[in-house]
This record gives sequence, structure tokens and C-alpha cells, in this order.
Amino acid sequence: MSELLQQAPSLGNTLWFILAAVVLLVILLGFVTYAIYFERKVIGWMQLRIGPNRVGPLGLLQTVADVTKLLIKEDTRPKNADRALFTLAPILAYAPAFGVLAVMPFTESIQFADLGIGLLYYIALSGITVLGVITAGWASNNKYSLIGGLRSAAQMISYEVPLVMSVVGVVLLTGSMNLREIVEAQRDLWNIIPQFLGFAVFIIAAQAELNRTPFDLPEAESELVSGYHVEYSGFRFAMFMLAEYVYMFGMATLITVLFLGGWLPIIPALDFIPGIVWFVLKFSAYVFLQFWLRATMPRMRADTLMSFAWKVLLPVALVNILLTAVIVSYQQGMF
Amino acid sequence: MDIYTNNYVIVAIFLILGVLLPVATVSIVGPLLRPKKPTAEKQTTYESGNIPVGDSWVRFNVKYYIFALMFVIFDVETLFLYPWAVAYKELGLFALVEMAIFITLLVVGLIYAWRKKVLEWN
Repeated sequence: MSELLQQAPSLGNTLWFILAAVVLLVILLGFVTYAIYFERKVIGWMQLRIGPNRVGPLGLLQTVADVTKLLIKEDTRPKNADRALFTLAPILAYAPAFGVLAVMPFTESIQFADLGIGLLYYIALSGITVLGVITAGWASNNKYSLIGGLRSAAQMISYEVPLVMSVVGVVLLTGSMNLREIVEAQRDLWNIIPQFLGFAVFIIAAQAELNRTPFDLPEAESELVSGYHVEYSGFRFAMFMLAEYVYMFGMATLITVLFLGGWLPIIPALDFIPGIVWFVLKFSAYVFLQFWLRATMPRMRADTLMSFAWKVLLPVALVNILLTAVIVSYQQGMF
Repeated sequence: MDIYTNNYVIVAIFLILGVLLPVATVSIVGPLLRPKKPTAEKQTTYESGNIPVGDSWVRFNVKYYIFALMFVIFDVETLFLYPWAVAYKELGLFALVEMAIFITLLVVGLIYAWRKKVLEWN
């Protein structure tokens, strides 16, 4: 990929880029299929159940069957819904979740776009997902959807502030927003150690951004049926689920790159193991953490949700920025 | 310059693919596979099996607007923090003091909102 990036833009190269993006899309769909399978399986084991085990050997085809069912299911649209926005919402939710992957470096050689502002691109684009959610909630003209959509929007924008602020510490240490340079700067020490506060804020805020336990209020099935996508059925509904898991893929990649040293080995002596193996290991550890949290944590109360973001996470993120700035000046010998 | 163009070609490809997948599956492949037998009952809005009461496009809690405003303020602040963080090592001590003042001003705003109890949810 990196040689192609250096060459003059041409139609042939563009076709290669398209092919590479399609390959990533296929890998992504595979990831989503088996992330859902393992989520159900792991939670099953943690709760002393077996989990899906009927469709295919060990239940491996369970998600495939579920998706096929959604694909051949009738697509109903309520008469009172806003037609245009109802159609637009799944696209708005899905497109940015996939678009953010364009800047992700997976290893030294496996990378798509190498933007100087990679991190900013991720943050800007991932903000659009909120629009998809609130559009879906509003367009359905359903009371559950509206409450779910608004709750979700309020939660996502509230947690986005500490999320983007916790990353400023990493940018301070690296002096760059290019994700590849951020990984390279972690050769001696992964950012999780000097940026521990930032990491803690990021990982909590990421849960809320992903609408996952303990912040899954927008989908609180016990009170809101299923939140903003009550009225969605068939493949439109599948798009929301897909967006959620693609976003999880993006977030796992971002955490690996920002805090866990990307494709770098845990100690330099283990350099002979290819970078992609290290990347997948760290990535899977984060994805597993998601499943683990879902099996253990209860849902947060709606009235404590907002104040937690503004009264705890935001001040901690600000303190982290100032502390990091002081430490960086000290290292630079400014005092 | 080439690398710059190439980067944004890739970004454009990703965004187009991102729009194309939902459009293709829902509007092109979907109709070939799924049945379409709309009835009046199917198309009513779901409200736990009851006949829906009134419209859902109503006025909602003003709290949401306040959080949206807070979000705008602090998100714009973060946008200012990013270029500062990138150039920090070159800017030296002056940048640190300046940013400390900037953050303090915003913290005063946060404390004000805190005291006015807009961060509470009830």
C-alpha cells in the first residue's frame, strides 16, 4: 500500500485502492459475524450457559442464519414516519463507522490513507453517527424511538467531550496527529503507562460512545423496548447493528493504536513475531473486555449518567492535559 | 503532493463504499429477496400493541438543549487544544501559560454550570 501511496494518482491505482477497501469490508463483515457469535458464546459461558450451538458445528453459523433471516424479512415502514429521514438514518449511522477505518494503520505496511490529521479525521467523522441515531429516533414518529434517540444523542455528545479531550495528552507526547507516528513514538513505552489517566477516561467514554454496557441506556430493552430502532425491521435494522459492531472495530483499532502500541511487540526481544499478530492480540483483548463488561456490569441510572460525564470524566481529562503539558515541558528542559 | 491526493482518494472510496453498502443491500438486493405485503395494521406505529395515542413529534425536555450547548462549547475548546498540542514542543513555556489561562476560563464556565445545577438530571 505504501508504495502505491507514493505514486502519481492514476485510474489503475484507484482500482487497487477500491479492491483493498472491499477486502477490508469483507474482513470487517467476517469480524462482525464472529464478534456477535463470540459475544453470545462468551456471555453464555460466563453465565454458565452453553450459548448458540445449534446452527452449524458449535453454532458457528448462528449469525449467518440470523443475518439471512433479516435479509429475507419484510421491510415495514410505519405510515406516520418521515419517509425520507427514515430511509436516510441507517446510512447516516453506518457510513461514518466504516469511513473512519480509512486512516487506521494496522501494521507498518498494512495501512490505507496516511493522513497527517488522522486522529482529527476519526473524531470528526465518528461524530456523525449521533446524527444517524437522532434521525432514526425522530423519523420513526414513535414515542419509544424519540426518547431512546434523544437519550442516546445526549449521552453520546456528553461523553464525546471527555473522549476527545483524553486523547490530547497522547497528541502532546507525540507532537503529531498522524496515527502511524503515534505508534512509532511508543517504541520505548506504550502510552497506557504515561497516559494512564487519559486511558482510563478514554476507555470509559468509549463504552458510552459505543452505547454498550454499562451505558446501554438508549437501548434499555426493559423500559424503551429497544430505543431508537423500535420501528426498524429487516435489513434497515441490520444496518444499525452492523454500524454498532463496525464502530466497535474502529474503537478497538483506535485504542490499540493510541494507547497499546499498535503493532509493536510487548518487549523488543519478541520483534520476530509479525506486527499483525501483536495488533490482533491487543485488538482482541479490548473486544473481549467489551463482552466481559456486558456480562458483569449492571446498567447505569439515567440521572447519574450525565453528571458522571461532566463532573468526573471532564475534570479528570482536563487535569490530565495540564499534567501532561507540565511533564512534557519539564522533559524538554523548559523550567 | 501525490501522497496527499492519494490519501483523499482513499478517504473518498471509503465514504462511497460506506454509503453504497446500505443502499445496495436495502434498496437493490433486498427487494428481490423479501416479501412485500403491506397492510394497514402492519404500518401502524408500535406502541406496545395499543392504538397509538397522538403524535410523537412533540416538545421535549429542555435539558437536552442545554447539554447540546455545553457540548458545542467544550467541543470547540477541544478543537483549539489539538493544534496547540501538536505544536507544543516548539512553542515552549509561553504556550503552557496561555493554555492554562484558556482552560481556567472554561473551568470557570463548568463550575458555573455545576452551581446552577444544569448538570443534574431530574
